[in-house]
Amino acid sequence: MNRQRKVALVGNPNAGKSALFNALTGARQKIANYPGVTVERKAGRMVLPSGEPMELTDLPGAYGLDPTSPDEEVTSKVIRGEFVGEAQPDALIVVIDASNLEQHLVFAQEIIALGKPTVVALNMLDLAERDGLVLDPAVLEQELGVQVVPTVAVRRRGLAELAEALAAAETRHPGPGQTDLSLTERRFAAHAMASAAILSESQRHRLHARLDRMLLHPWLGPIVLLALLFVIFQAVFAWATPFSDALEAGVGALSGLASATIPAGFVQDLIVQGLLAGVGAVVVFLPLIVILFAFILAMEQSGYMARAAFLMDRMMAGVGLSGRSFIPLLSSFACAIPGIMATRSIPDPKDRLTTILIAPLMTCSARLPVYAVIIAAFIPQRTVGAGIGLQGLVLFALYGSGVIGALIAALVLRRSFTKGAASGFIMEMPKYQLPNLKDMAIGLWQRAWIFLRRAGTIIFMVTIVLWLLLSFPKAGPGESQVDVSIAGRLANGLAVVVEPIGFNRDMALALIPAMAAREVAVSSLATTYAVDTGDDEDAEAVALGDQLKARWTLPMALAFLAWFVFAPQCLSTIAVARRETNGWKWPAFMLAYLFALAYLAAGATFWIARAMGLS
Amino acid sequence: MTLDHLPLGTQARIIAVDWSRLVAEEGARLRALGIDEGAKIAVAHRGVFGGSDPLAVVVGRMTVAVRRVHAAAMDVEAL
Repeated sequence: MNRQRKVALVGNPNAGKSALFNALTGARQKIANYPGVTVERKAGRMVLPSGEPMELTDLPGAYGLDPTSPDEEVTSKVIRGEFVGEAQPDALIVVIDASNLEQHLVFAQEIIALGKPTVVALNMLDLAERDGLVLDPAVLEQELGVQVVPTVAVRRRGLAELAEALAAAETRHPGPGQTDLSLTERRFAAHAMASAAILSESQRHRLHARLDRMLLHPWLGPIVLLALLFVIFQAVFAWATPFSDALEAGVGALSGLASATIPAGFVQDLIVQGLLAGVGAVVVFLPLIVILFAFILAMEQSGYMARAAFLMDRMMAGVGLSGRSFIPLLSSFACAIPGIMATRSIPDPKDRLTTILIAPLMTCSARLPVYAVIIAAFIPQRTVGAGIGLQGLVLFALYGSGVIGALIAALVLRRSFTKGAASGFIMEMPKYQLPNLKDMAIGLWQRAWIFLRRAGTIIFMVTIVLWLLLSFPKAGPGESQVDVSIAGRLANGLAVVVEPIGFNRDMALALIPAMAAREVAVSSLATTYAVDTGDDEDAEAVALGDQLKARWTLPMALAFLAWFVFAPQCLSTIAVARRETNGWKWPAFMLAYLFALAYLAAGATFWIARAMGLS
Repeated sequence: MTLDHLPLGTQARIIAVDWSRLVAEEGARLRALGIDEGAKIAVAHRGVFGGSDPLAVVVGRMTVAVRRVHAAAMDVEAL
C-alpha cells in the first residue's frame, strides 16, 4: 500500500488558514507537537475528487522562508523537507488574504518558486468585498502560474474547487522558478500583481478603522478592555451555574443508582466514594471552563485579542515584557499549558522565559473548581451595588491578585534572573470579523476534550489512589477513618508545616494529591469527607459546600484561596516548562519561588482575616 | 523628521531607516511587514493613557503595532 500523501496549508499569519483548515477537514483533527519542538502540529484529512484521502496539515503562519521565530522555522523546514521526523508535503496550498494582496503575494511568490505542486486559495473574499474591493482571480492565476481558487472558508465556498485544483496541480510540473529574488523585488512584483488583479476599489470608510478609533483610543480603549474582562468573569460564574447544577444532579443520580444496584462492600465504596465523588466533583466544572474558553476564542477570532495586546503593551513594558506576552498570559487563564506553549511566538528568549515563569500565576481553569466550591460555601450570595455580585467580586479579586503577583514577579525577574535587553513589540493587527460558530465549536470541543481526558486519566487515578490511602487501614470502633488512614498520617506531617498559615489537616491532605492537578483538591476534599461520613449510618449525603462550612472558618477558607492563587500545583505545567526551557533548572526555580509566594500569601491572608475579626 | 514625531493621520514616506539601531530579528520582521525604505506610512494611534508607546501604524492595507524605538529609527517625509 502506498503511504498517504500529504498536503500542507501555508501562508502569512491572519490569512484565515485555520478557518480554511477547519472547513476542509471538519472536526476530526489530530493535534500534537512537531517532534523535538513545542510548535503545535494540526493534521486532518481531506479527500481529492478521485476519492483519494490526503493528510492535510496546518503549518504555523509565516512571513517568509527566512525564519524570525521558532514558529516560522518549523514552517520553513517542513516546506523544504529539512524537518527531521516530518515528511515533506507532496503539495502545498498557499492561503492569501484577498483584501491584503500586496502583503500576502510576497510570501506566495517565494513558495511557488520552489516548484512543488501548488494551489493558491484566495481566501476571505467576502471581507474584501465588504471593503469595496473587486478582484479578478484570472489575472492572479496568469501572473503566478498556478491555479488560484477563490474561497470563503467560513461559508464553505470554493472547497470542492480547491480539491479539484489540487488534483490538477499534481499533474502539472512548473519546475522551480526564480528563487533568488530579493524581498524588495518580490514586494515590487506583488504590488504590480495586486494592482493588475484589483479591478476596482471604492474608498469606503472601513469598518475596522472606525472600530479601532474607539477600541484603541488612549483612554477609552483600556476602559473597554477592563470592562470586557470584568463582564467575562461575571458571566462565567452566572451562566455556568445552571449547567453545573444539572451535571451535579446527574452525578448524584448515578451515585444513587450505583448504591442501589451494586452490593454494599468494597466495590460499591470504590465507585461511590472514590470514583463518583472524586471525578464527579471535577467534571461539574466543565461548563465554567467551556464558557471561559468561548470568550477567549471569540476574542481571538474577532481580531480583538491583538488590540488587547496593543493596549497592554505599555503596562507590560513597565515590567520588562511586551504586549506579545499578553496573549500567552490570557490563554493561561484557561490553562497554563497552551499558555506556555504560546510563548514560542515571543522572539526574545529572556522575554519568553520570564513569560513562562509567570504564566502559572494567571488563574487557570483548574483553579476555578477550587475557587468555585470555596466561594459558594463561604461568600454570601448578595449584591454590592448595581448588579455586582459579591461572589463575582471575590472571584475577580482572586484573578486580580494573580495578575498583580505576576507583574511584580516579572519586574523582579527582569532585573535579576532573566536580565537582558529590553524587548520590542511588532505585531500585525488583523481585521475585525465576526467569530464563526463552527470554528468556535471545534476549538471548544478540542479544549473540553483535553479537560475531560485529564479528568478521565490523571484525576481518575489520583482520586482512586487517594481513596485507597484514605480507606486503609480500617478504623476501629470510635476512631475517625481519616485519622487512622495512611493518607491521614501523611497529612499530619504536612499539617505541621502549614499550620502557621491556618491550614487544618484536611486542607493539608488536599494539597498532596493536588500536586498532580489543582482541581484534584476539590475531589480529594469530597473523597475525604465522603469517607469520613460514609460509615455513619444516619449521615445523609451532605453536599461538599455544607461540609466545608461546618468544618472550616472564614479565615481558613480565604487562606486556602490565597494559597491557590500562587501555588504551582500542576505536574503538566512543570513538565511543559521543562520541555520549553530544555532542563530542570527553570522549572525548579519556578516551583521554589511560587511555593514561597503561596505560603506567604496564605499566611498573610489568614492572620489579617483573623485580626479583622472574620470568622 | 522621524516616524515617532509624525502627527496622527498624516501620510508620509519612509526615506531612510537606521537598521543598526534595531535588533536584527526585529528589523527583519519590520521588513517582512512591508515597513521598509520607500514605504508609505501613517500613524493611526499612539499610546495609552497619554503615553507615546506603542504606535499603531498603517502600512499598505495593514495596521501594525510597533514601539517608539522602532519609529525613532525611521526618517520620514510627509506627503
